[in-house]
Amino acid sequence: MAILEQTVAHYNHWVMIFLMISGLYIVVARGNMVKKLVGLGLFQTSVYLLYISPGKILGGTPPILGEGLGPYSNPLPHVLILTAIVVGVATLALGLALVVRINESFGTIEEDEIFAEEDDT
Amino acid sequence: MTGEMLIILALVIPAVGAGLIGLTSWNANVRESVTLVTAAALFLVVMFILGDVLGGQSVATGAFEIVPGLELAFNVEPLGMLFACVASTLWIVNSIYSIGYMRGNNEPRQTPFYMCFAVALASTIGIAFAANLFTLFLCYEILTLSTYPLVAHKGDDNAKAGGRVYLLILLGTSMVLLLPAIIATAVIAGTLDFQVGGILAGKAPDGIIALLLALYIFGIGKAAIMPLHWWLPAAMVAPTPVSALLHAVAVVKAGVFTVVKVIVYVFGVDALARAGNAEWLVWVAGFTVITASIVALRQDNLKKRLAYSTVSQLSYVVLAASILTPISIVGAAMHIAAHAVSKITLFFAAGSIYTASRLTEISQLDGIGRRMPWTMAAFAIGALSMIGVPPTAGFLGKWFMLTGAMNTGQWVAVAVIIVSTLLNAGYFLPIIVQAFLKPPGKDVKAHAKGEAPIPIVIALTATAGGTVLMFLFPDIPLALARLLAGV
Amino acid sequence: MIADNLPALQVVLPLLGAVVCAMLRRGTLAWGVALIVSLLMPLCAIGLLLEVLENGTISYAFGGWPPPIGIEYRVDIINAFLLLLVSLIGAVIMPYAKSSVEAEIAPENHAWFYAIYLLCLCGLLGIAITGDAFNVFVFMEISSLATYALIAMGRDRRALLAAYQYLVVGTIGATMYVIGVGFLYSMTGSLNLVDIAGRLADIENSRAVMAALAFLTVGISLKLALFPLHVWLPNAYAYAPSMVTSFLAATATKVAVYLLLRYYFSVFGVAVVFEELPVTEILLFLSLAAMFGASIIAIFQEDAKRMLAYSSVAQIGYITLGIALANQSGLTGGIVHLFNHALMKGALFMALGAVFYRIGTVKIDDLAGLGKKMPITMGAFVLAGLSVIGVPGTVGFVSKWYLGLGAFENGWWWLAFLIVISSLISVVYVGRIVEVVWFRPISQAARSAKEPPLGMLLPTLLLTAATVYFGFDTTASAGIAGRAAELLLAGLR
Repeated sequence: MAILEQTVAHYNHWVMIFLMISGLYIVVARGNMVKKLVGLGLFQTSVYLLYISPGKILGGTPPILGEGLGPYSNPLPHVLILTAIVVGVATLALGLALVVRINESFGTIEEDEIFAEEDDT
Repeated sequence: MTGEMLIILALVIPAVGAGLIGLTSWNANVRESVTLVTAAALFLVVMFILGDVLGGQSVATGAFEIVPGLELAFNVEPLGMLFACVASTLWIVNSIYSIGYMRGNNEPRQTPFYMCFAVALASTIGIAFAANLFTLFLCYEILTLSTYPLVAHKGDDNAKAGGRVYLLILLGTSMVLLLPAIIATAVIAGTLDFQVGGILAGKAPDGIIALLLALYIFGIGKAAIMPLHWWLPAAMVAPTPVSALLHAVAVVKAGVFTVVKVIVYVFGVDALARAGNAEWLVWVAGFTVITASIVALRQDNLKKRLAYSTVSQLSYVVLAASILTPISIVGAAMHIAAHAVSKITLFFAAGSIYTASRLTEISQLDGIGRRMPWTMAAFAIGALSMIGVPPTAGFLGKWFMLTGAMNTGQWVAVAVIIVSTLLNAGYFLPIIVQAFLKPPGKDVKAHAKGEAPIPIVIALTATAGGTVLMFLFPDIPLALARLLAGV
Repeated sequence: MIADNLPALQVVLPLLGAVVCAMLRRGTLAWGVALIVSLLMPLCAIGLLLEVLENGTISYAFGGWPPPIGIEYRVDIINAFLLLLVSLIGAVIMPYAKSSVEAEIAPENHAWFYAIYLLCLCGLLGIAITGDAFNVFVFMEISSLATYALIAMGRDRRALLAAYQYLVVGTIGATMYVIGVGFLYSMTGSLNLVDIAGRLADIENSRAVMAALAFLTVGISLKLALFPLHVWLPNAYAYAPSMVTSFLAATATKVAVYLLLRYYFSVFGVAVVFEELPVTEILLFLSLAAMFGASIIAIFQEDAKRMLAYSSVAQIGYITLGIALANQSGLTGGIVHLFNHALMKGALFMALGAVFYRIGTVKIDDLAGLGKKMPITMGAFVLAGLSVIGVPGTVGFVSKWYLGLGAFENGWWWLAFLIVISSLISVVYVGRIVEVVWFRPISQAARSAKEPPLGMLLPTLLLTAATVYFGFDTTASAGIAGRAAELLLAGLR
């Protein structure tokens, strides 16, 4: 029973782990390059949760100094993750740009087909 | 001039010579003059150093520290002096010979050839004068690398394969066995400087010493102890002047020189003799002497036979050193010099035959002595020296070795020396008999028109003369050898 | 004033330079800007190194916010050494870049190329200089994103694939790194590396800290191409433009190694990493696998650049081996090899870049006979190759010497033998090139080759000369590496 309680209490971790594993799985298992990038995005998203969820205090107030405010949630994870999101978007953009170029020069974005083509030449 | 200046000059002259040879590639005559002048200059400098050493002065450079414990330093001791004398003298003769040979055979890529030769000589001098294991190792590797292009000189598949074997065995043994041995020595002894009495003496248990000795002996691949000898026959693809460089002037001599040096200055003769952990070396060296002689007996290719003869003769030196008594160390040092002059004569003769008549197999040489009397006379002298017959230089080394072995009661060594002398006679005398007593065969009739080009004849006559002279006037090498052994 | 702000300038200058390059839009002008910035970088780094050698660690509070609240730039002897290495390579490579880039990149992209290159440089220097765990991630991504773009600019269309593959793997690595930092942050509440190290002392051995260590190790190992996480590297190096390959081979993996050193020795500490966890065994095994596996693969490559790329993986094995030894000599060997390998691989890839400039290919068969056409370039290649083998008198020997000593110090005789045997394998692949280049008849492709322009030749020769120079005078390389190792082992913060 205690285990169950603990499991439920840390549900945010379970969501995080699920996202992380499924993201990685997509990256490894899918041959479509766009889908791979989607998987990569999921994987990164799990990290956002990892940072933000422990920073939240249930019933906590916004981090403003003042009368009647506090205990407040830690604002730093939000800032960090804002940066991480920007990085993630940049990565995704660059990845997609590469996929577009690959599609132009190889005529496909399926890894299997590209490697088959490469082996022929 | 100070000793330090002289050593630096001896190292720099051939290196600068290599550069000048590269710059004068536009004119063969100028280029070859540069080679000769460089060789002569090096010889002069070495003679000056010899004067100082015999005069009892110590000739050394300061140490240049690379990392703590690793220093670049040179220090002339008797054995190195002897080696440097041999190498620098023979370089002059070899250069004269090379000019005749390379021109006579229209070899390609002559400029890199002479350049690599000069670099090889610079590193040989470095090996001879090295004051510590690291400096020796550095020059040893440069020698390997600078002679590799010479071995693969012809550039055909055969030459490339020979070069590959040459490089892999020599570099391989030195990196895989010798380098760890040096590192271990640094850790155990705390220094790498050569010191009389040995830096490892009393520093480690017998088992470790025996293991290190094995690492050194087999790590010094240039000494061609079986089973690490086959780079030497493989390197036979090289042009003859290169074979002479490998067999007489520098490479194999650097190998046995290093072996003697390691035994004397790293392990210490007395320390090894007391602990008795070098006995196996007598067996290994003896085995190599006998086996290589038997293999030589079965070779029809003249250069191959000479190559196996070298393998066997080198192990004489190792054998002599492993007898571990002062008198046998004298024998080892003498044999380094004696074998150098005699073997270079033999190779010059083989190259002379090839240049004049394109013959390479012994069975083709019936009666060639009548067409090429100078060449074959020189060959005969060289062969007699190999066997150890007076009045040739080879006798001296063998005499001291035998005395040493008998004094210490090492009957295995005595037996090896006697049996191998018989074998030497067995594979050299028939060639002489064949060349002079048989009527000219069809190959000789068809190809041998007369003597080889003049520079070649001059060179081989000079070395043959040297072989005899060294027997008659052995004062200088003997003095150095005695200094080394302390008797 | 300038002297006080050197840590900031080290990173801000290339960042500004990148913006200027992007706005100029003219290739030659952009090159000029990049050149000036690249030449200023070593000056900053030398200034910092001298300051550190004299007065000890520099702490620079970015924006005036004192650590651990604000981001701290922290320069000690190790990263000062690394900053100098990266910025020197960057400076040497810029004159080289001009001809090489003109030959390999479309003219309209030149300015972009230099802008991205400066961003990459900024990222690498940033990783080295910052003392903030999350800031490292940001710089890591700046340099990585720039690297992906640079690789994708290669002439071969397979460069796109290589860049994409690297992007996927690199992002996974960086994300793993952030996860590790996340755990550390949730355990200690700090992002400042020194602060984390202090607070970890109280809570060591908790499972979250161990998880952080594991994630950081894997993430950084992906970046430094530790065997078997190296699969992205050969393609990336083989298809990237020549100048990019030379630059990355000499710097990118080195910075990642530094990061590993920083976490292992400064943050977690020798006691946790090497004594309580089997990190020594794991690193030792993987390093040996790299030294042998990658070297053997290198022998069978048809493309000289790929061959060198695999050789890089093997050489990284030597560096991580030094870390695994975790004693004075071994660690010195690892750190000095960081420097030495940068020199030799930089020289080798630059020589190959010069070949590519002249004959448009680096397939080993096409290099036949080049020794006659480009004797100076190929001579430099051979010399740097000897350094890879570790011939005495070259930098490679110095590294090997220290690693060998380190192995003996730990009483691991067998390891000393494995080290030298593995370097024997490099004889085979370097020897193969030597044979092809000097002893084969001139190939069709090489027929009209000649020496590259001076702008390419001189930097190549400079690095090659350095591989010999630092084989003899090691005060600047092994001397500093030795001090760094000493401090790291003592738990430098």
